[in-house]
Amino acid sequence: MTSTQGAVGQSIRRLEGRAKVTGRAQYVHTLRLPGMLHGKVFRSTVAHARLLGLDASAARALPGVHRVLVGQDILAVMPDPHYGPAFHDQPVLALDKVRYVGEPVALVLAEDPHVAEEAAALIVARYEPLPAVYDEVEAMDSTAVVHEVLKPAGTFPDLKHLQGKRDTNIALDYSLRRGDPDGAFASADHVFEHRFRTQQVLHVPLEPFVSAAVPGEGTLTLHTASQSPSFVRIEIARLLGWPENRVRVQVPYLGGGFGAKLYIKVEALAAAAALIVGRPVKIALTMEEQFFTLTKHAATLRIRSAVTREGRITARECEVWWNGGAYADIGPRITQKSGFTAPGPYDIEHVRIDSYALYTNLPPAGALRGFGIPQLVWAYESHTDMIARELGIDPVEMRRRNILREGRPQATGTVMRDAAIEQVLERTAERMRWSEAFDRGSGTRRRGRGIAIGFKASVSPTTSVAIVNIYADGSCALYCSTVDMGQGSDTAMAQIVSEVLGIDIDRITVVHPDTDVTPYDMATLGSRSTFHMGNAVRAAAEDARSKLIALAQDVGVSVETTPIGEIFRRKYGMQAGNVVGSGSFVPAYTPTDHHTGQSDNVTPFWMIGATGVEVEVDTETGQVTVNRLVNVGDAGRAINPAIVETQLSGAAIMQLGFTMTEQMRFRDGQCVNPSLADYRIPGILDIPAIIDNERVDATQSSGPFGAKGVGESGTFGVSPAIASAIEDAVGIRLTSLPITAESVLRALREQQGRPLQAD
Amino acid sequence: MGTTRTLRFTLNGEPVTTEAPSHWNVVELLQNRFNLYGARESCGQGLCGCCTVLVDGVAVSGCLSLAARVDGADVRTIEAPAATEDGLDDVQQAFIESGAFQCGYCTPGFVLMTRKLLDECPQPDDEDIRHYLSGNLCRCAAYPEIVAAVRLVAQRRATRG
Repeated sequence: MTSTQGAVGQSIRRLEGRAKVTGRAQYVHTLRLPGMLHGKVFRSTVAHARLLGLDASAARALPGVHRVLVGQDILAVMPDPHYGPAFHDQPVLALDKVRYVGEPVALVLAEDPHVAEEAAALIVARYEPLPAVYDEVEAMDSTAVVHEVLKPAGTFPDLKHLQGKRDTNIALDYSLRRGDPDGAFASADHVFEHRFRTQQVLHVPLEPFVSAAVPGEGTLTLHTASQSPSFVRIEIARLLGWPENRVRVQVPYLGGGFGAKLYIKVEALAAAAALIVGRPVKIALTMEEQFFTLTKHAATLRIRSAVTREGRITARECEVWWNGGAYADIGPRITQKSGFTAPGPYDIEHVRIDSYALYTNLPPAGALRGFGIPQLVWAYESHTDMIARELGIDPVEMRRRNILREGRPQATGTVMRDAAIEQVLERTAERMRWSEAFDRGSGTRRRGRGIAIGFKASVSPTTSVAIVNIYADGSCALYCSTVDMGQGSDTAMAQIVSEVLGIDIDRITVVHPDTDVTPYDMATLGSRSTFHMGNAVRAAAEDARSKLIALAQDVGVSVETTPIGEIFRRKYGMQAGNVVGSGSFVPAYTPTDHHTGQSDNVTPFWMIGATGVEVEVDTETGQVTVNRLVNVGDAGRAINPAIVETQLSGAAIMQLGFTMTEQMRFRDGQCVNPSLADYRIPGILDIPAIIDNERVDATQSSGPFGAKGVGESGTFGVSPAIASAIEDAVGIRLTSLPITAESVLRALREQQGRPLQAD
Repeated sequence: MGTTRTLRFTLNGEPVTTEAPSHWNVVELLQNRFNLYGARESCGQGLCGCCTVLVDGVAVSGCLSLAARVDGADVRTIEAPAATEDGLDDVQQAFIESGAFQCGYCTPGFVLMTRKLLDECPQPDDEDIRHYLSGNLCRCAAYPEIVAAVRLVAQRRATRG
């Protein structure tokens, strides 16, 4: 480790701190462009219908309205206006059909956003209703079919077999087979089977979705709040039939992302509108409209285990139905990438997994901080605890007997490396003082505690590219397309450059994503940036360093003893020139076998996270208070320990909301609580009195300076730990999220033999 | 669409006069007329605190307040520079040091509310801090760090006397 200010391992302050505390940080939401029109979306009010016609005459007649666009208008610039990362199934504006309540049907453009909003309310659509399906399990064999024919994007080889498939809502069926589960179940001492459910929830970035498109001469610039600028450029270019170089995507800071701002959201609509009218167009969604754009997958999970008398799990069978909503978005990847970890971080010889991505007539579901993992952990950790209780084994001990240890194969056959599962479990138990006596409360206030652990494979195969540009005065810039949406990536990436080049952090700038300038990156998602982009940045900085060394040799000085500025002056006679280094990173990967789901290298690294909680339950009201929240994760060696801890606790508190308060409620496919008044995200009063965060002492040997991603790990264990703590306190087991005072009280009254009436 | 009216008020210490449509809210007024973007609309219902501004010393939700409300008033926004060498006050400094933000979208609201809190209650305990800041939401959930930042300022002010 060097003494460079800001190098790897130091908890330095974030680079953009000053801009953020003075309100001067730039977001697309507050961007204004000369001559700009504002777009307001007219949305479907029915869940599934043929679109018979639109009457926009009153909207067009409203003074100040520049233009009203409908689906057919988009064809002028996008001959096939269907987009999506896994399936090309989502139209820019509805064409012949609508598939969920809230789907964009028309766009009003006006200089004054209030005029556009008023005009959008004057549009009338005529529909012929079709049967709709909302439940993911019913969608398996429902006569209501959301898409007549499947249209996989062709990007992913494992989706190719779905091309042209008709009359099904199954967008992907992923299966894994290992060993002989049937034999193991037949000879088991005990067999346990449970079913779990998670609800639809929302990302709620405080900066809602927003894009602004600026047409040029045969070019287009998009300013967009996106986590995936490279994908946006490629997809918009594809839709337009243009080469990539004519589309420029620029991304400043994001006011939160959490997986919502990936792929195409309002970018295609803004791009098409701007090209059609020849003026800049900005589409800024409201908080309410976020509820009609992208959700987290609700899921139903069935899990069955064969267990020996001693509590060893010998076989496990998992079935998962993912409610993908009306458009696939990245759902099929979640079904596959998360599906294979459905048995949990346990060493189980015989495994069968079936994981289904399903279309329904609800808003599309996509990635949300964990990419399906929190849903799976909810099921397998609740299940593990229920088995332990049934067998009279301590929950931590039950996990010790089954934990997946270093060097052992996971369900896919991939051998676990640099995965501190055991250590994370043990540290969580220690911080919870698990073996010590615990005050269980009395009277109507009962206390309990619970613990849960989860793991996640990183996304693969993916590519990151970075460029480091050393200036002639020894300051430098990093060009990379990782999006800093609050996770602190600018700071962490700059620290890697600082470490390699020995340049102090205040002389390093991170150039924000601009696809004309910053090189390709798959996307900022799945906690992949620190590892993937971090490796690319390290390679770019090392490349720049080699070139700087060569330059120093060229002018007869040593890079160790000569200031960088002096090397440049000797070479160019003045403060001039650059040294540009580049680096890319593509991890090795073996695709899973289509029939067995097996792979000898399914991920470049594993993320591990565990949570321990202490709760107090008011038995008269069902109110649950989380008094203590312990989050332990394996982040490898942290680039910036303080930021890692903030990520751990931020993720856990977000998952606390998904566990206790957050739920999109639907009636006939219509979300009936699309506002922060009726959909409650955690506030400062909701956070537990004690929050402990810990990074275990671990190293990811393939990561940059031993580091790996941590943005999602804090979410994994929260929900099942709380459910287990409630059972520990009052003896009831909840298997559906969210866990509200009402659901707890209902279960308590059930237990007492005096159930509450249904509502 | 509607009428406009003339507004005269004090903005971050400077007297200003402007014309604004009657239906604009305070966020639109600040962004469209004064290029001040620190107060941002998010929930649109006065529940998240991202649009907080101080009007005659009272914290208001800019998204719910019509522009006319500020006529004749003293308005302070996050952009008002502090009277320090680097333009940051001790609250902003403590937010940076404590890492009391992630995406930063809600941060101006939290900084303004923290200043108000410490004016009214110079030595708040954790309960005071939580209750006073309960009208501001941070989706990144940097709440523990925000509480730490507030405590840090209070502690420093107490030490300084």
